[in-house]
Amino acid sequence: MSGCSDEVDAQRLAQSLISEPFGPQVAVTFVNPDEDPAASSELVVEVARRAGVTDRVAFQMQESAARLGLDVCIATGSAHRILGATHLDDSAVSELVERILCNPVVEIWDRSRVNPGFVPTSSDGTQSRVETVALRGLNDVQLSQLNRQRGLALDHSELLVVQQWFATEGRDPTDAEIETIAQTWSEHCSHKTFTARITTTRGDVVAPLLRQLRDCTRAINAPFVVSAFDGNAGIVRFGDSHALAIKAETHNHPSAVEPFGGANTGVGGVVRDVLAAPAIPVALTDVLCFGPADTRPDQLPRGVLHPEMIREGVVAGVADYGNKIGVPTVAGAVLYDEGYIANPLVFCGCVGRVLRGYDAIGEPRVGDQIVVIGGATGRDGIKGATFSSMTVDASTGSVAGASVQIGDPIVERLVGEVLVDLLDREVPLCTSLTDCGAGGLSSAVGEMAEKLGATIDLALVERKYPGLAPWEIWLSEAQERMVLGVDPRDVPEVLHRCLTRGVKATVIGEFTGTRRLIVQHGSEIVVDMPTDFLFDGRPQREMIADLEPHPTLATTSRRVADHAQMVCQLLAHPNIASKEAVIRRYDHEILGATVIGPMSAPWQTGPSDGVVIVRPEDVNGFALGIGVNARYGLYDCRSMAWSAVDEAMRNVVSVGADPSAVALLDNFSWGDPSRPSTLGDLVHAVDGCCAAALAFSAPFVSGKDSLNNEYESDSGVRQSIPPTLVITALAHVPEVDQCMSSTLSTIGSAIVMTGLTSDELRGSHLDLLLGSDHGGLVPQPDTTAPLRYRALYELIQEGKIRSTHDCSEGGLAVALAEYCLTSPLGLNVDIRAVAATDVVALYAESNGRILLEVDPNLVNEVCERLGLAVLLGTVSEDPDLHCRTHDTQFCVSRPQMATAWSGEV
Amino acid sequence: MKPTVAILVAPGTNRHHDLAFAFSQADCDHVFIQVTDLPEESKNLSSAQIIAVAGGFSYADALGSGRVFSDELNHRIGGILHERVAAGVPVIGICNGFQMLVRSGLLTGDPESLTTQQQIALAHNDHGNFVCRWVTLAPVSRLSIWTAGLSGNITCPVAHGEGRVVASDKTLTYLHDNDMVALRYVNHDGKPAAGQGPMNPNGSIDDIAGLCDSSGLVLGLMPHPENHVTQRQSRSGSPTGIHGLALNLFKSGVQHVKQS
Repeated sequence: MSGCSDEVDAQRLAQSLISEPFGPQVAVTFVNPDEDPAASSELVVEVARRAGVTDRVAFQMQESAARLGLDVCIATGSAHRILGATHLDDSAVSELVERILCNPVVEIWDRSRVNPGFVPTSSDGTQSRVETVALRGLNDVQLSQLNRQRGLALDHSELLVVQQWFATEGRDPTDAEIETIAQTWSEHCSHKTFTARITTTRGDVVAPLLRQLRDCTRAINAPFVVSAFDGNAGIVRFGDSHALAIKAETHNHPSAVEPFGGANTGVGGVVRDVLAAPAIPVALTDVLCFGPADTRPDQLPRGVLHPEMIREGVVAGVADYGNKIGVPTVAGAVLYDEGYIANPLVFCGCVGRVLRGYDAIGEPRVGDQIVVIGGATGRDGIKGATFSSMTVDASTGSVAGASVQIGDPIVERLVGEVLVDLLDREVPLCTSLTDCGAGGLSSAVGEMAEKLGATIDLALVERKYPGLAPWEIWLSEAQERMVLGVDPRDVPEVLHRCLTRGVKATVIGEFTGTRRLIVQHGSEIVVDMPTDFLFDGRPQREMIADLEPHPTLATTSRRVADHAQMVCQLLAHPNIASKEAVIRRYDHEILGATVIGPMSAPWQTGPSDGVVIVRPEDVNGFALGIGVNARYGLYDCRSMAWSAVDEAMRNVVSVGADPSAVALLDNFSWGDPSRPSTLGDLVHAVDGCCAAALAFSAPFVSGKDSLNNEYESDSGVRQSIPPTLVITALAHVPEVDQCMSSTLSTIGSAIVMTGLTSDELRGSHLDLLLGSDHGGLVPQPDTTAPLRYRALYELIQEGKIRSTHDCSEGGLAVALAEYCLTSPLGLNVDIRAVAATDVVALYAESNGRILLEVDPNLVNEVCERLGLAVLLGTVSEDPDLHCRTHDTQFCVSRPQMATAWSGEV
Repeated sequence: MKPTVAILVAPGTNRHHDLAFAFSQADCDHVFIQVTDLPEESKNLSSAQIIAVAGGFSYADALGSGRVFSDELNHRIGGILHERVAAGVPVIGICNGFQMLVRSGLLTGDPESLTTQQQIALAHNDHGNFVCRWVTLAPVSRLSIWTAGLSGNITCPVAHGEGRVVASDKTLTYLHDNDMVALRYVNHDGKPAAGQGPMNPNGSIDDIAGLCDSSGLVLGLMPHPENHVTQRQSRSGSPTGIHGLALNLFKSGVQHVKQS
């Protein structure tokens, strides 16, 4: 506590705010910040958050102190102290602390005593001002220098256009103008690659990727699509149920440098996208990709956090935000690959129920006031959009420090409650809204003002602390803020409703109709540009794609000596093993809407396929499924994309969703697309997405790309992530009581597999365990799957299926073992009819396959109606897995399976 | 006539809609009362036949779970909860609401020392993490108006990071002797969880999941019975299916006020 110098006051504060029985006891110490504390033989380290980083404890202390009439301190900070005996020398202690105990991106530390980073309460006197950037007359070398120095991440052709434009205007840009252009034209905000003109190395022209996806959605023309690729989220309405908004985002770069804050604000960001739909969030998803947990520390590239630290921080960050904001985190995946060591991936998704005011919300009108609500603005996440569009290198951790913030889910929850209040009505209290994400106000206000223009006074923006330069206010990515366009007559009402919920709300300007974006700070002009230059001035990017197929490799023999052992090894592989340790840390039950959760009910000993959500007062719900398998992408991105769509479809079909009412999301995390082969992979993947979407009549409604996920080592060697495509499926479950679980239910049931198993072992988990690429094909598109999924849906509706389990990573062998784990029952199967060889039958990861538990009397009917189905065996009381193969028969005991899957071996 | 439950909500409370739904299934109307609207809204609080404190992360639990919520209520309208209990109004606090009731001195153990010291606390889970999973609860207390009428074990999810009941031996003995242990974590077969996870999900002493006060009117519990009040919700993970439905807990409270 700063500014409190009275012993009695300090004691009162400490006793009333901190001390408690069975809990913390307090000691009050007065410190002189200039005095060095006495040296100690013990290891004493204190860690505090940097000034301006969200510190809820400090905030609450100050607020509570004021309420108690004890507002004697002018600033508060919180720190934690770590004690230990040590014989380490100073440099070893530094390394220990900076690698494990403290993340310098958001924290500071010191031996013995840290002086908390109190935010300044008054300006240091230096007048923040607008600076002019000398741009005219720079030569090419100087231009690229400027580009690098300011971290603009603009292409050279773009820099030339900007230079030319200002030359025509007869002036140089202000700092805020050049930054605004960089943000608006960033890959993150304008999807340069997905809208680029692409030519192949053979000279053919490829349609822009985003247009391909849009055209595909248009061609499918699904009746349930309300809005696709427009605004903050995709909107669908299944039957006569509530319309749903869905969106998924990545937060990869921030999570690499500050895992907790990066993942935390990733969830916060996607929730705001859904709030801006406008919708109230009802479910969250997360797909996480990390380096192997057993990576040796000395193998880590310089400046890169250890995968285990990243995983712990990311999981804690997702849990913290989701649990506190009160939305269930229900579906996801966790993948491990060496390619993710320097570039972990964090995909956060959100589904929301659309508010009643949706139809009346759209573009702002001339004269509408611009109202910012939610958190105050600080020097947070400055330049996040351009940061996320750059390659990571060893210095990124420190240089980009300001780019990551810790979220405040309570503030966002209150913002959400206010928005429900303003918008869940036929006549909403605002005309338009968007969230403040990458690019901050520059991007949010800019986008809203695209057709009209606006004037803004930055001096009116609520700030966390003084001393911010105008461009910093304009670009700040402070969390938990939304921008509303409000009819002037409604402004008092909006401000009042925000105030009563404790949400800050400020009018900062208005939409004008002049088609100019004019930003002032008091009387000083900060930005003055026409919106058409900002939004239409960017030259289309020209890119080259190498579409030549990856080299094929003739299949070499895959030998598995002991199938029982291989099944256990596969079950124990981190990609396949139980994710329970992560799942339990997420509240997946809040809202009382989870019918099929992430673990198989009721035993909770095995996995679920998809999840099913329904409001407790409805019968009309939805299912979520996720498909991702980056390993196929190493060899064949088109098939990978199809496989990801098929897997997401299988997830939702397995739980009984209607396969003719499925909307998809695409999230691409890729390497540097300026390399023709990397772009070629992307073109193939988009092609595979579109082909699969058309085959399944499942349109894409929203998507997002995160490119340049690469690490450049000191020696200039670049390492890219594997091409990673996450497909999310949102599907209608019209009658939730008919939905399916993956839990084996009845002794004596027949086990049937629908689908065809082919020699498609490339990129499989078997190859991963065998330790090398044995060639052949990755799982290929199965164009007959849509018909079978339809037939299965009808069988489920007629009550002819007892349970289902989808067949994915690890193939049939893993699917059978997982199926056993869902209940205390076991399986007795003969897999000889599945494929000609045991290795293919057991381990191929072919698409379109689902295991079904069926009444023995219905087997003939079920197989006939599915067309392609094979009887494998029966459900046994004996809890083990017994399997007869061409060459042998084997048994995996229940304890072996359970132990392996739990990851204990 | 339908009774009304006043559900207390603070900034960061997030299970109040779930709780309102549970009471509606038990034939009880609800009114939300934002603590920030007090004392202006205190009339609704005083006129309600039941008071409930919902779960969540009030004030981000920044200075300890439920602590600022309790301080804030006390600051705004003094000991109104104590007054209402004295007037015979049942009170239920779930999860963060339980933590808040403990901090407010409504579940102190020995009422003799009510004013002197808090004898019970809800500490961080023994494994150190937030945990969400389904648990089975055995109703124990015949004193609590909420649990006395329950005929069998109930099942529902827990979702908390600070749910481990801590109390001194003396307090524990007092709670036992006075029938104030309301609910215990048990295994699916009904046998005591005996302090073992995951059936005792947080390491609570003596498997205590919920406590009542000496009047039997006040119940505080960590698990979320409000998330298991319909047959469909059983599918998510109830170990005993619909047999574990927790709706009767809410019906008991509502029945009590209908009869009095």
